[in-house]
Amino acid sequence: MALGDQDSGGEARARVGVRKAYKMFVGGAFVRSESGRYTQVRDHSGAGAVENIPRASRKDGRDAVLAAAGALGGWSARAAYNRGQILYRLAEMLEARRAELAASLERGGLDAGAAEREVVSAIDRAVAYAGWADKYQSLFSSLNPVSGPHFTFTVPEPMGVVVIAAPPRPALLGLAGALLPVITAGNTCVVLASEADPRTALVFGEALATSDLPGGVVNLLTGQLAEVLPHLAAHMEVAALDLHGVDAALAKRLEEAAAASVKRVRARSLGEAEWFDDGAATSPRWIERFVEMKTIWHPVGP
Amino acid sequence: MATFGNGSGATPGAVGQGRGITYPDFSSPTVDKVMVEERAAGLGKRSIKGPAKIAGLKLAISMMDLTTLEGKDSPGKVQQLCQKALRPHERADIPPCAAVCVYPKLVPVAKRAVEGSTVKVASVATAFPSGLSTLEVKLADVRQAVELGADEIDMVIDRGAMLAGEYRAVYDEIAATKEACGHAHLKVILETGELGSYDRVRKASRIAILAGADFIKTSTGKVTPAATPPVTLVMLEAIRDHAHATGRRIGMKPAGGIRTAKQALHYLVMVKETLGDAWLTSDLFRFGASTLLNDVLMQLEKERTGAYQGGDYFSKD
Repeated sequence: MALGDQDSGGEARARVGVRKAYKMFVGGAFVRSESGRYTQVRDHSGAGAVENIPRASRKDGRDAVLAAAGALGGWSARAAYNRGQILYRLAEMLEARRAELAASLERGGLDAGAAEREVVSAIDRAVAYAGWADKYQSLFSSLNPVSGPHFTFTVPEPMGVVVIAAPPRPALLGLAGALLPVITAGNTCVVLASEADPRTALVFGEALATSDLPGGVVNLLTGQLAEVLPHLAAHMEVAALDLHGVDAALAKRLEEAAAASVKRVRARSLGEAEWFDDGAATSPRWIERFVEMKTIWHPVGP
Repeated sequence: MATFGNGSGATPGAVGQGRGITYPDFSSPTVDKVMVEERAAGLGKRSIKGPAKIAGLKLAISMMDLTTLEGKDSPGKVQQLCQKALRPHERADIPPCAAVCVYPKLVPVAKRAVEGSTVKVASVATAFPSGLSTLEVKLADVRQAVELGADEIDMVIDRGAMLAGEYRAVYDEIAATKEACGHAHLKVILETGELGSYDRVRKASRIAILAGADFIKTSTGKVTPAATPPVTLVMLEAIRDHAHATGRRIGMKPAGGIRTAKQALHYLVMVKETLGDAWLTSDLFRFGASTLLNDVLMQLEKERTGAYQGGDYFSKD
C-alpha cells in the first residue's frame, strides 16, 4: 500500500494549524530578539492559551537606533508630498488587514465591537496624517519681522531619531497615534510597543513592511520598557523621547539619562478616550512636538 | 636563489629554472574552502567583554593604517587625517594610529604633518589600484614615493598574470619592487577579491613572501569583496607556515570592508589563534581602514560612559 493511501476515501485528516512566530520589526526586517528571550502573553480568545512574544534587550534597542539613524537621511529628504503618499499607502495596507488587527486586539482582551472601533480609528488616523504631511510646514513657518535689512524665516525641520514608548492602552490606536506624527515630520523612530498587548503592534509591523515605508523609518520592539528605555534614553544618537503613560519614577530616570545628550523629552499620559478623539489627536500640534524650528537670516538686496 | 631583491625570503632547496634565473618553489597546499570558512566564522563567535575588549580596541587603534585613497583627496584632507592619526581622540589613554596611507603625491604633506611622531607614512604605488602599467612606470612610481618620504610602500600585484598562471612574472615584479623600495617597508596587495579562489590566495601569498614582501595585504579597497575573515585566515596560515619553515616573520594587513569594532576584534582573535602573541604588534599586523576608527572610538567611549554613542560627537575624517 502506497504511503498516504489510508487517507484517500476515509475521513479527512485533521489539519495542524500554522501558528505565527511573532517577530519584531527592525530595519525593514522581521527579527527575533538577539538575546533569544521571549515573554508569554495571554491569548484571551483561546482558553488559557499563551503566545510567545520577543523580549527586546538593550542590544536590540541599539540595533534599532542604528537602523533608524541609517534611514533618517533618506526619509527626511523625501518630498513632503511623497511622505504623505506613503502614509496613505500605509492606511491602505492597514485597511487590508482590518480583520487580522481586530482579531489580534480581541486576543489581547477587547470585545469584538471595541476591537473593530479601534482598528478603524487607527486607519483613519493614518489617513489624517497622510494629509498633514505636506501642510504642517506652512502652519509652523513664519516670516519674522526684524528691524534691519534682513529677511528672517523660521521653518520646521525633523529632529532625528525619536524613541517612542507607546501607551499600554489603546494598544493599536495609541501606537499608531504616537508614531504617525513623528514620521510625518520626517523623523525616524524606535517604538516600544504596549506591554499590555504587544502582539497587535507586531501585526501592525506587517502592514508597515508592505507600505512603501523605507526600512528603518519605523522600528518596532516588544519587551519591558523599564529594561530597554534607560539605555535608549542615554543613547547619544537619539534626539528625542516620546513617553506615553510611562510611570513617574521611570520617566524621571529617563529624563535624567537623556540630559547628557540634551534630548527633547516629551511625556504625557492621555486617557483612552482622548486617543479616540479624532479632532484633538490629529491636531498638527502633535507634529509640532517633534520638529526643530530653524531660523534663517538673509540680507535684503541693495 | 633569486637574483632579484635581497633574496631574504627565498627558500633554499626547492627551485625551478627559467630565463637564466633560479626561482624558489611556489607550490603551496590547497585550501579546504568549507573548513577555512567554518574556522574563520568560529573564531568570530568569541565574546570579548570588559577590560579585554578595551585593551583589544586600543591595540586595534595602534595597528590602524588610516587611509584615504580617493580622487578628491587634497592636502587639507590629508592633514586632517594625519591629525586624527596622531590624536584619534581627546582622551590621553588612546594611542595614535600606526600609519596614514595616501597616494604618492600627498606623501610630502603627510610627512610634514606627522613629523616627530611614531606615525608612519605609507604610500600606494605601482599604478594602484589596477597595477596594469609597465614595470618601468611602476618602479618609477615606487622610487618617487620613497624619495618623497614614504616609510612604507603598498604595491599591487598583477592579478592578470597571477590568474594566467604566470607566477614567475608576479614574483619578478614583487622582487624588483622590493629592490626599488630601498629602506621602505613593502606591503604586497594581493587583491583577493579578484583572485577567485582560496588556493590562488594561498599561492599568491607564498609568491609575495618568497619575493621579499614585509607585509602581505588583502585588498586595495576598490574591489568588492575586500578583506574577509576566511581570506585573511588563509593568508595568516601562509605566514605561519613560512615562519615555521624559515623563522622569518611576515606581517599581515587586511584592508577594506572592516568597519566595526566587533570585526576588528574578530581579526585580532584570528591573528592570536593562528600566529600567536608575537604578531599582535603594529610591526606585524595592520588594519587598512578609514571608517573603522570612529566605530572603535565610539565603543571605547561606550565602555567609559555606559551610554551608546552617536556619530555627531566624533570628527568625520
